[in-house]
Amino acid sequence: MVHVAYLMLLLPLAGFLVLLTVGRRVGDPIAGWIGTAAVGGSFVVACIVFAGLLGLPADQRLVVHNYYTWFASGGLSVPVGTQVDPLSMTMCLFITGVSALIHLYSIGYMKADRDYSKFFVYMNLFVFSMLLLVLANNLVLTFVGWEGVGVCSYFLIAFWFERDTAASAGKKAMIYNRIGDAGFLLAIFLIFFKTGTVSYESGPGGGIFGQLSHLGGGTATVVVLLLLLAAAGKSAQIPLFNWLPDAMEGPTPVSALIHAATMVTAGVYLLCRMNPVLHLTAHGMTVIAVIGTATAFVAATIACAQQDIKRVLAFSTVSQIGYMMLAVGSGAYTAAIFLMVMHAFFKALLFLGAGSVIHGLEDEQDLKRMGALRRYMRWTTVTFSIGWLAIIGIPPLSGFWAKGDVLDNAFAHYPGLWVVALLTAVLTAYYMSRLEVLTFGDEPRWDTVGPHGEPAHHTPHEAPLIMLVPLVVLAVLSLFGEVINLPWAHTHSLNSFLAPVFSADQYVDGLTTTRQWVLGLADAVAAVVGAVFAVILWRGAAVDKPAWEPAFLQRVWYWDDAYDLVIGRPSQRLAAFCAWVIDGRIIDGAVNGVAHLAKVTGTAARRLQTGYARNYALGIALGMALLVAFMLSRTWWG
Amino acid sequence: MSLSGAWYLGLAAIVFIIGAIGLLVRRNVLIMFMCIELMLNAANLTFVTFSRMLGDIGGQAVVFFVLVVAAAEVVVGLGIVVTNFRRRATTVADDLDALKG
Repeated sequence: MVHVAYLMLLLPLAGFLVLLTVGRRVGDPIAGWIGTAAVGGSFVVACIVFAGLLGLPADQRLVVHNYYTWFASGGLSVPVGTQVDPLSMTMCLFITGVSALIHLYSIGYMKADRDYSKFFVYMNLFVFSMLLLVLANNLVLTFVGWEGVGVCSYFLIAFWFERDTAASAGKKAMIYNRIGDAGFLLAIFLIFFKTGTVSYESGPGGGIFGQLSHLGGGTATVVVLLLLLAAAGKSAQIPLFNWLPDAMEGPTPVSALIHAATMVTAGVYLLCRMNPVLHLTAHGMTVIAVIGTATAFVAATIACAQQDIKRVLAFSTVSQIGYMMLAVGSGAYTAAIFLMVMHAFFKALLFLGAGSVIHGLEDEQDLKRMGALRRYMRWTTVTFSIGWLAIIGIPPLSGFWAKGDVLDNAFAHYPGLWVVALLTAVLTAYYMSRLEVLTFGDEPRWDTVGPHGEPAHHTPHEAPLIMLVPLVVLAVLSLFGEVINLPWAHTHSLNSFLAPVFSADQYVDGLTTTRQWVLGLADAVAAVVGAVFAVILWRGAAVDKPAWEPAFLQRVWYWDDAYDLVIGRPSQRLAAFCAWVIDGRIIDGAVNGVAHLAKVTGTAARRLQTGYARNYALGIALGMALLVAFMLSRTWWG
Repeated sequence: MSLSGAWYLGLAAIVFIIGAIGLLVRRNVLIMFMCIELMLNAANLTFVTFSRMLGDIGGQAVVFFVLVVAAAEVVVGLGIVVTNFRRRATTVADDLDALKG
C-alpha cells in the first residue's frame, strides 16, 4: 500500500491543473470544492500509505521509489523519487489533514472574493509543493518543493495585490526567503562536493547518510550552519524572521495553513531530516539551540505589544518555531516534530478562529476594537479558547505536553537556555491571554466610533457552518492530539514510530524521575502565572496601557528599522549612485558621446558638400595633380 | 618635314589645361560641357600620338571608344541641361546647388 505514495502528490497537482483550466468557469463554490476534494483525497491516500507503512517491520520502514532520473551530469544524478519513512509520513499526514480542513474553511471564508478560484489554484499548488518537499528522496527535489512553497507563499501573501501593503509584504517574504535559499543551495553544493550524492539515504553508497565520514568536523558544521540559514529564512528565525508578521497581509486561511501550520515548519523539517549530519557537530547544534531560544524569546516579547490580532498570532508562530529549533538543537528531534504537529493543530485553530472573528466583525483586526465577542460568536469562542489553553500549555491539553517535551530536553542540554525558554512560556501565556481577553472578554468596543474615527461596526455574526466544522475538528485535535506521545510507557508512540529516522535522537521522555515532575509542574505554573497576570491586567474597559506596550516592542525591537538603516538605505543610495552616476553619466555618457562625436564630425564634414560642381571638379583636378606629381617624383628621384 | 611626337603631346597638354581651367572658372553649363569635350579630345590626341610613336594600333582604337562615350555623355548631359533650363530658366551651374550639405 506504500507504493501509492505518488498519488498524494498527484491529487493536489491534478486539482491545481483542473482549477487552472476550468476554475474561473466553474467559480464559487464549485472551484473550492474541487480544491478541497483534491487535498482531502490526498489525505485519504496518506492514511492508506500510513497503514501500509505500519504494516512493515519497524526497521524496514523506508520505502524509496525512483520514478525517473531528472538529470544526470558527471557524477551527479538527480532522481525524481519519493521517500516514505516515518518522518515524511508524519509530515504528510498532518499537512494533508490540516490543509484539507483549511481548504474547507476557505470555501466559506473566500466567498464572493473576486479571485475565488485563483485562491484555490494557489492553495492546491502549495499543498503539492509542500508534499514534494517532504516526500522527496534527495536534497535537490526537496529544494524544488522548497521553492514551490516559497512562490505560492508569495502569490498568496500578495493575493490582494491591489493593496500596496500586501504587494510589498509579498516581496519582503520573497527577498528574505531568497537569502535563506542561498544557504540551502550552498549546503547542497558542499554536500555534493564532499559525498558525491544528493540523495538522503538511497542510491549508491547509501546516499548522504551512508557517507557521513566524508563530512568530517568542520565540513559538517558549515553544512549545518548553511542549512540553519535556509531554515531561518523559511521558518522565520532570527535574523530573517521579519517577513512572517508582514505575511499576515494574505487572506487568513493562508496565514493559518502556510504561515503557521505547514510551510514555516519546513525549516525544522529540513534540519530533522538531516539529523545524522547535525549529530556530527556539537557547535552547530548549540548555534541552532541558541538561535531558536533567542527567536522564541524576542518574538514572544514583541507579541505582547501588538494590536493586530493576526500579528500577535504571527509573532506567536515565530516564537513557537523557535521552540522547535531549540528542540532540534537539543537533539530532541521527536520533541520538535511533536510540537510541530500539535502547533499545526492549535495554531491553525487559532488563526481560523481569528479569521472567523475578522469575518464576523467586517474585516476588523484591531484588538482594541473587539471585545465581548463571546456573546455573539459562541462556537468561535469555545474553539478559540481551546486553542488558547493549548498554546499556553495548560494541562492536559496538547500544548502542555509538546512544549513540556521541548523544555525537558532543553533542560537536559542547555540549562541556561531552559531558563529563557521558561520565561518565554510565561510571556506566551501572557500575550495569548491578553489576546483572548481583549477579543472575547469584557464589554464591546466595536459598537462605538473608534479613537481615530473608525466607524462603529454592526453586531458581529457567527461564521457559517462550513467554517465552523474545521474549527471544531481542530479544537478536538488540540484537546486530544497529545495522545500520540504521552510520557508514559507504551504511550509515546510518536517517539517509537520516529525512532528509525532519528538514529541520533537524544530525546528524553517519561515522567519517571522527580526532576521531570518538577519540570512539568514548572511549565504549568509558568502558563498559569502568565495567564492570570494578563487577565488581571487587561480586564476592564481601559484598553490603552502604553506602559505595557512600549514602542520598542511595538516596533519589533526596531529590527526593521535597523535593517533599513544598515542595509536598506545604503542599498538605496548605492542603487541611486548606479542609476544616476554609473548608468546616467558613464554608460549613457559613453553612448551619447559616440553619437555626439558622429554628429560633430558630420557637421564639420558637410561643409565639404557645397553643391557647386566646380568645387568637386577642383577636387578631382587637385587629386589628379597630386597623383601626377607623385608619379613624376618617383620617376625623377626613384 | 615632320614634327616630333613631343609637339603633339605638348599641344594635348595645353588643350587639356585650357579645358580643365575652363571647367573650373566658367559658370555656364554649356561652356563647361565644351571644356569637358576639350579635355576628352586632348586625351584622344595623346592616345593617337602614342599610338603612332609606339606603332601600336590599340591607342587609335581606344579613341573611337572615347568618342562614342563622349557622344553618349553629351546626349545625356544636354538632356539634363535642357530639362533643367525649362524648370529653372538658368544655365548657371552655381544655381544648381540642391545637393549642398
